Amino acid sequence: MKTIDTPYGRMDVEPESLTLGELVVTDEGAELEVVGLEPLRFEPAPEEDEDWGE
Amino acid sequence: MSQVATTPRIAVVYDRLRPEERMLFEAFERVGVSFEQVYAPHQAVDFSRFEASPYDVVMERCLSQTRGLALSRLYTAAGAQVINRPEVIETCGDKLATNAALAAAGVPAPRTGVAFTTEAVLELCERFGYPVVLKPVVGSWGRMVSKLSDRDAVEAVLEHKEVLGGPQHKVFYVQEFVRKPGRDIRAFVVGDEVIAAIYRSSDHWITNTARGGSASNCPLTDELVEVASAAARAVGGGVLAVDVIESERGLLVVEVNHTMEFRNSVSTTGVDIPARVVRYAAERVVPA
Repeated sequence: MKTIDTPYGRMDVEPESLTLGELVVTDEGAELEVVGLEPLRFEPAPEEDEDWGE
Repeated sequence: MSQVATTPRIAVVYDRLRPEERMLFEAFERVGVSFEQVYAPHQAVDFSRFEASPYDVVMERCLSQTRGLALSRLYTAAGAQVINRPEVIETCGDKLATNAALAAAGVPAPRTGVAFTTEAVLELCERFGYPVVLKPVVGSWGRMVSKLSDRDAVEAVLEHKEVLGGPQHKVFYVQEFVRKPGRDIRAFVVGDEVIAAIYRSSDHWITNTARGGSASNCPLTDELVEVASAAARAVGGGVLAVDVIESERGLLVVEVNHTMEFRNSVSTTGVDIPARVVRYAAERVVPA
């Protein structure tokens, strides 16, 4: 487990187990989406869009 | 669409990693079919260097319908078999197109109409009788679906849509309100087979599990299999979830979903839905 600081908050993750598109939550409660693995990058996860869903 | 030297023949293209995508990835491992995860937001195409698809089969699993349709078109143009084909996504992603396809194929559905002016919508509503259900032509998870009990309510919603909505909200999709027994049915279709079904129950008239409806196993009756199969064929076939309601007139098809969600349905039905989908994809790989 590794502690990662992002502009949106801090979290403990296992970097090698992360997958693109996965959601993670910071200790502060911010929901982030994994958008890059090498290097590891996160962006705030959009909550919902009009064209989302089945 | 970058090509790798030793590429698996199947790709799963996705954006947001939902439980369904995880379940599919696990099913590929379990069934022993090699595949590649392709993260849709990282895809880019230069048409001046357009290449053949490195994959025989592409499973489109984007949360964004717009992005999913775009990628389905691109991979189809590049020669891949895409599950589901772009024409199927276009039809299922638009309630008007779905209803037109169902009507043309004679598949039973609630009385539904489309109109473009307030007067024409009100005429449809009077014909169907109140309450009626007003839905956006494009939309999912039961969002912006309104049950309207009288003419005043319809006029109020239409006025809001005309003032606030974009072009798509100028196409008014109206449906009779079918009194259902506190539940609807979701049938899962993989190719030519209806593999499982669930009841979605809720105290609310919208029974979508994305809106809190609960799931339980639904037996596959001859009528359900016939109606779900016919609906799947009507929209072009593939891997689909057919939503059905029980009525005095028998089973009626409400919608057909092209990127089906099944997180609540595997343990409920006892059917390994992701494994069935994986095998369906694997059968479509071109023999070497």
